[in-house]
Amino acid sequence: MRKFKSFLASFGLILLLIACLVIWTRLPLAAVGVLLVLLVLWLAFTRRGRQTLSVTNVGISTLGQRIGASSVIVIGIAGVVGVLVAMLAMGDGFQATLQQTGSNDTAIVLRGGSNAELNSVLERDNLSVIAEAPGVARGPDGKPLASAEISVVANLPKKSDPTADANVQIRGVGDQAWALRPNVKIVQGRRFKPGLRELVVGQGAMRQFVGLEVGRQLRLAGQQWTVVGEFVANDSHDSELWGDTQTVAAAYRRGSSAQSVTVRLTSPKAFDTFKAALLADPRLKVDVSTTREYYTKQSERLTKVIRIVGITVGVIMAIGAVFGALNTMFAAIAARSREIATLRAIGFRGLPVVVSVLLETMLLALLGGVLGGLVTWLIFNGYTASTLGSNFSQVVFQFKVSPALLWTGIKWAMAIGFVGGLFPAVRAARLPVSTALREL
Amino acid sequence: MKYLHLIWATLFRHKTRTFLTLVSIIMAFLLFGMLDAVRTAFDSGSKSLHGVDRLVTTSRYSIIQSLPKALQTRIAGVPGVRDVAYANWFGGMYQEPKNFVFSYAVSENYLDIYPEIQLSPAQRKAFDDTRIGAVIGEALARKYGWKVGDKIPLQSTIFPQKNGDKTWPFDIVGIFTVAKGAANGMDQLFLLHWKYFDEANAYASHAVGWYVDRLQDPQQADRVGKAIDALSANSDHETKTQTEQAFSASFAKQLGDIGLIVGAIMGAVFFTLILLTGNTMAQAVRERTSELAVMKTIGFSSASVLGMVLAESVLLLLLGGVLGLGLAAVLAPVVTKGSGGMVNLPPMGAGSWALGIGLMTLIGLVVGALPAWRAMRLNIVDALAGR
Repeated sequence: MRKFKSFLASFGLILLLIACLVIWTRLPLAAVGVLLVLLVLWLAFTRRGRQTLSVTNVGISTLGQRIGASSVIVIGIAGVVGVLVAMLAMGDGFQATLQQTGSNDTAIVLRGGSNAELNSVLERDNLSVIAEAPGVARGPDGKPLASAEISVVANLPKKSDPTADANVQIRGVGDQAWALRPNVKIVQGRRFKPGLRELVVGQGAMRQFVGLEVGRQLRLAGQQWTVVGEFVANDSHDSELWGDTQTVAAAYRRGSSAQSVTVRLTSPKAFDTFKAALLADPRLKVDVSTTREYYTKQSERLTKVIRIVGITVGVIMAIGAVFGALNTMFAAIAARSREIATLRAIGFRGLPVVVSVLLETMLLALLGGVLGGLVTWLIFNGYTASTLGSNFSQVVFQFKVSPALLWTGIKWAMAIGFVGGLFPAVRAARLPVSTALREL
Repeated sequence: MKYLHLIWATLFRHKTRTFLTLVSIIMAFLLFGMLDAVRTAFDSGSKSLHGVDRLVTTSRYSIIQSLPKALQTRIAGVPGVRDVAYANWFGGMYQEPKNFVFSYAVSENYLDIYPEIQLSPAQRKAFDDTRIGAVIGEALARKYGWKVGDKIPLQSTIFPQKNGDKTWPFDIVGIFTVAKGAANGMDQLFLLHWKYFDEANAYASHAVGWYVDRLQDPQQADRVGKAIDALSANSDHETKTQTEQAFSASFAKQLGDIGLIVGAIMGAVFFTLILLTGNTMAQAVRERTSELAVMKTIGFSSASVLGMVLAESVLLLLLGGVLGLGLAAVLAPVVTKGSGGMVNLPPMGAGSWALGIGLMTLIGLVVGALPAWRAMRLNIVDALAGR
């Protein structure tokens, strides 16, 4: 009967634990703040609370003697938080780079069914039909703000490893491209001149590949090209080389066709009109999307994979860290069992003991979480990496360790601390006073 | 060996602690098993046992530029080249864009150059005889439940047919298996006839994506590669010829430095693990101080005490590590299935096991070193007196 009771108690404890974790993961920042204030009030103004505080004080003041064991909790949790935050920062950085590239008031037109620019072809007669469609904004000279673009991939040696080539995207753009994407700014040199074999290079591409400095010559499609400028766009265009559509098309023997048309809309609301007009046109078989939608879709898959991998790795590491914390805290309780039993004997109830052990563990966990987050932030915030994007070429992006991610990390740390502290805390409170006092 | 039962008994004298430590070790090596499998899968293209005698010739400027078909006979004429096959990227997808199918349009002799693609002679003949025939890897067949005799419509993301239709019909005439040691992902391939592809596609250009050149002697790879590139020097279709291994390695590298990411994660994990098990071992030895002193009193030498503590920590690591790797081997297929193809965890190879066991032993020795040293230097009188 007694065994059954203790089994029931453990079972209840596990259920309580799961419930707490589920609530905790959904808790917004404000609710955590309220909880914290309640806890502080309880500690300061009730008798039990003050008892808890004094027991916690004893625990914390003896931490120094158990520095090796306590650092297992701190370092273990710092490791979990560090890896988790770094992986999520990678996913977020990639997603942010691509999402910034798009906006709701520009639209991109591709051949029907061709997911990415690289696979698309639009014939010359289609281009003007698209540019003249309703909803397209016009520049001061009355011409539609539309750029017929071509996107090809070239092999260039990377700076990190000059013996290995990587793919770089070369975008042929129309005259209106600069007005279409006002965020693209020349920071060095000048724009290319239409008709000449000149290129401007995005900052990310320049940093990543060998021989793209302004003034350098490079061979593309068997011809000499000159780099005449460097631009900054702060989005995925930074990984590209830009030239004139017709010159690029001629070099890559694409005739007068293009691969995509990007247009500026008169307003985000004009998109529906624009799309309906193109889809209704019997001469065209195209897919129309806002550039935001297009680039978001391109980042979706990879971001999802990174997130799944990051969370899986994080969960496995967290389980390891929980058991490390359990180990440490059980040992700490065992070492202090006489002291805890004395407290119980002179009238302290179970609750202050439970809460004080939990507080101690969670304090260590918090320390670990902050440490892990801080180290990740120092190393990885703004760290530049690149991967193969959906146009079969390198996309340069930066890790983004945002406050929201750091908060996620701290939440994980606290959850690990809670699980790792709860069982030892309950054991401490259940310690039979007489046997514990007789020990030693 | 004769002390094994003693070591075992000390290891499990404090059951809770050993159990908790074991779980941490299991988790660390579970992670190691999965991540190392991913890393080796990315490396496999460049470490495949087959293909040492193959070169890949692509356009020098870009992977998307095609080469003239006329080059085939000229490459075949280069001394040292045994035969030349060619292929083109088809970019197929099945029903919806997320069902991407690795599909190549290949020349008639492509299968001869890839002996690791094992197809029964009857199915091979059927493939040769069927214009719209296709042969597929067994993993791909399993994924969609395709069987020989099925008619499969594939959409090409790039090439429409002459009539503007982007859906291409195929007859599955063969399912091939892949020999051991072949590059990862080969059993996912969908191979169709280049001839059918070239005749029916709207941009028919008699062009090929890349050539695969089989060498008479792998030692000659460098010289032959240079000779092939010399054929088209200064033309409008200059080529770049490299070994198949270098070609796939450069691809894997473009995705990102997987090795670095895996290395960084495992570094963090193992650092924590060393701290954690080190703490456990230190505790275990500390509370046994008087026992160790008794053992030394009754005649155990200092060296054997050192050996026993080291053996205990190595045993602890091996126990947890092997369980963890075993769990990884079991879980990898489950994760792959559960993620619906989003994450593809390959099965663990012998290399991962060997590396894992090496790491367990090493970590065991590292964490055992300090407590073992302390146990060896133990002064009997002080220890028995409890000083």
